[in-house]
Amino acid sequence: MRQDYEMVIGLEVHAQLTTNSKLFSGSSAEFGAEPNTQTCPVDLGMPGVLPVLNTRAVDMGIKFGLAIDANINRVNRFDRKNYFYPDLPKGYQISQMDYPIVEGGYVDIELEDGSEKRINVTRMHLEEDAGKSIHDLGEDRHSHVDLNRAGVPLMEIVSEPELRTAEEAGEYLKKLRSILRFLEVCDGNMEQGSMRCDANVSVRKKGEDKLNTRVEIKNLNSIRNVMRAIEHEAERQIAIYEYGGEIDQETRLWDATKNETRTMRSKEDAHDYRYFPCPDLLPVRIPEDRIEELKKEMPELPDQKKERFMKEYGLSKYDASVLSMQRASANFYESLVNGNRDAKICANWMMGDFFAALNKAGKDISESPISPEQLGELMDLISEGTISGKIAKTVFEEMFETSRSAKAIVEEKGLVQINDTGAIEAIIEDLMQQSPENVQAFREGKTKVMGWFVGQTMKATQGKANPAMVNQILQQKLQG
Amino acid sequence: MTSLIELSLKEVADKLKNREVTATEVTKACLERIKDRNEQINAYVHLTEDKALDMASQCDKRIKEGNARLIGGVPLGIKDIFCTKGDLTTVCSHILDGFRPPYESTVTENLWKSGAVMLGKTNMDEFAMGSSNETSYYGPARNPWNLDCVPGGSSGGSAAAVADYQCFGATGTDTGGSIRQPAAFNGIVGMKPTYGRCSRYGVIAFASSLDQAGPMARTVEDTALMLRCMSGYDPMDSTSADLAIEAYDEGLADLDLKGLKIGLPKEYFMEGLDPQIADLVKQAVKRFEEQGAEVKEVSLPHTDAAVATYYVVAPAEAAANLSRYDGMRYGLRVEGENLMDTYERTRSEGFGWEVKRRIMIGNYVLSSGYYDAYYTKAQKVRSLISQDFKNAFEDVDVIFAPTTPTTAFKLGENSDDPVQMYMNDVFTLPASLAGLPAISVPAGLVEGMPAGLQIIGKAFEDKKVLQVAYAHEQMCGFELKKPE
Repeated sequence: MRQDYEMVIGLEVHAQLTTNSKLFSGSSAEFGAEPNTQTCPVDLGMPGVLPVLNTRAVDMGIKFGLAIDANINRVNRFDRKNYFYPDLPKGYQISQMDYPIVEGGYVDIELEDGSEKRINVTRMHLEEDAGKSIHDLGEDRHSHVDLNRAGVPLMEIVSEPELRTAEEAGEYLKKLRSILRFLEVCDGNMEQGSMRCDANVSVRKKGEDKLNTRVEIKNLNSIRNVMRAIEHEAERQIAIYEYGGEIDQETRLWDATKNETRTMRSKEDAHDYRYFPCPDLLPVRIPEDRIEELKKEMPELPDQKKERFMKEYGLSKYDASVLSMQRASANFYESLVNGNRDAKICANWMMGDFFAALNKAGKDISESPISPEQLGELMDLISEGTISGKIAKTVFEEMFETSRSAKAIVEEKGLVQINDTGAIEAIIEDLMQQSPENVQAFREGKTKVMGWFVGQTMKATQGKANPAMVNQILQQKLQG
Repeated sequence: MTSLIELSLKEVADKLKNREVTATEVTKACLERIKDRNEQINAYVHLTEDKALDMASQCDKRIKEGNARLIGGVPLGIKDIFCTKGDLTTVCSHILDGFRPPYESTVTENLWKSGAVMLGKTNMDEFAMGSSNETSYYGPARNPWNLDCVPGGSSGGSAAAVADYQCFGATGTDTGGSIRQPAAFNGIVGMKPTYGRCSRYGVIAFASSLDQAGPMARTVEDTALMLRCMSGYDPMDSTSADLAIEAYDEGLADLDLKGLKIGLPKEYFMEGLDPQIADLVKQAVKRFEEQGAEVKEVSLPHTDAAVATYYVVAPAEAAANLSRYDGMRYGLRVEGENLMDTYERTRSEGFGWEVKRRIMIGNYVLSSGYYDAYYTKAQKVRSLISQDFKNAFEDVDVIFAPTTPTTAFKLGENSDDPVQMYMNDVFTLPASLAGLPAISVPAGLVEGMPAGLQIIGKAFEDKKVLQVAYAHEQMCGFELKKPE
């Protein structure tokens, strides 16, 4: 991107809540069931039925507000947003317009260059999801509607337009997802659509204060796509400005296969949603003691965890940040250290071999084939000197593949390190007898042959000899 | 000898309990009367004869086993706006052709639990939008006092069925007067309870912040008994009041009229009010005065804004409430070229003119640029109207007013002039907007047609309203026309 321009980005994130039932009915809110099996008269918009607010969703909203240090509106209200579409059974969506449950708050992000930035959150409101339309299905190319999703609770989280780069947008989303997961209010799965993001993008010359016409981009189903779409959209807008053109306020759709955005609807086609307070629901009043109760239920959040990891385990900011981003990895790490293992070595192992193996296998840490206890056992074998660090890597690979314990593998394969001085001496003496010319060379100052002796000793012991001992004994013997 | 159908609800309930008659006999008598009269009155649009006889035989069995319920075996008419499981429920609209809900409204569920028997669905204005029953897709019901006259609306079928002895009581719903006005036109009792007394679950919505179900019957005692069986807190309706059910029918005569303070709102005695109806109200007041009640003039200064306020608030809510009728999932569907076309054809054919008019008004007042001028302002005026009542109730216990400015008008008389039609609700709208309990009881006849006295009470003083209505009924001596 041209250096004289900057982006102005605001993100709207829709996070599906992990409640058991829907926002206004008792139907299951679980993902992945047969189409139209998780519905009831309320979700179907049948005549005469009424919404009843799911208080668990309200609690989750309050927790999110507390997590980002926002204002919890003690009185908030649901409104009807009116539009016609077959996947919207009532012809309106119950949402919150004028009085959202949460206003203000912020998310702190860390950038690659080590700098930090605070992104302010405008508001978060609760609303029900619409159903899912699938078009052109089958030979007759009919449209199909699945109403399992209709009524599933969503949080819509709107950021201030304070993001300036695609990287910042990506980091903001990662941090937000991490907070939502720590709170256990949303599983944050963008591919499955349980977390969705629309990006509002405009560009301006650096140093300018004004906000130029923005474009809303939809259909962004991964953090990577959000970043790519923003980059492309900014380039598109800059090109238009450079040719003296104007940006139309419109909604554009990201096409990940073509790497471009294209017009979905222009401002003229914008709906008049005719919002008004939903008369079927009373204003939501949140008593002070409910907030106090929820404060007690708040888990340690990513930032708090990071701080503690730095203080308690002496980790670097980077290590602490990586390990605390996901609750599962933080928990794994703490179980691994288990109060007594070397915190730094544990961090290195996790962020090194362990994460690499997970990555290679395309697995999430929650699907790890080995437990922290198993990995801990391996590390104990190293620190006790039972196996060498090098052997440990082989053992780890096998553990990851078979989920077997380190001890069992070491014993079965006879990988126990040879720490017996006599045994190592015998091998070395044997070697010296077999190749006196190398002994001679060493004694003449060609110390490089030392490496040959080490290699041969390790070969003779299938790599099991204690390397430190091998070095020490060789030095002694060769120097005569 | 008085025939079975002429008994009051209370009387027939007692006879059933005492096993002097069976539910099956009573139900058959009602069904016979309906068949005899429906062609002329058109009070019922969907008769549920098999269900009625089945429910009746179950009641008989229970009564025989000594498990009689509060109104066990009493046949009722149910307004076509209440969802009853498996039965046609159409709000008398073409758009709900063939709709049979797979669920039961809480109000009807409560009635069945009390032992009532369902005869069928009664006629009404389409989606409860109308004051004459003329907007019904199934044609208007007629007033049994004069078949050329309307029975009022929207609960016109229920009122006509009760007045014509085709049931012992019927359910109604009242959004701006839809129970009270037809009750007045037919010489029966009809009550709109305090908003929140009866659950709205399963009652097809017109204007959610105003809709309230209520009983319609021939006596105040019957009305009170029915309310007891219909009402109660319902967790399925977030706006329902979490209060215990009262035995409204007990102690109706216990109210001491001495010292009772009655308010007469000066704004209600206005131009357009038939002077003979005004006289009937004044006569009623005089009887109370003779018993030691105090009468005071009160002022409800925002009364003249009630019609305008109502016709912003109710259509706004209705426009959204009726969006679900899109031909996608149930009811009428008229296939078009594409999605938009299907929507347009379905809704154009499915809704009648009055419903379309209100959807248009509702969407207009909610649209951006007009919202504040109409919707926001109407909400403000609505608060002022509520405040008027609060102020008045500082000084008085109940308010007396006419229910309607005129008696029942002729069919077709007002149907070309919606504003004239809307003015018919001028006295009933304020209590609806304020959510207050209000009852219409017969006040006497004007040129052979009945007129109603409206008694409005403080919020949740439904019982006091019934007690005052009962006292009036005893003193007034109004008699319903006997069946031919």
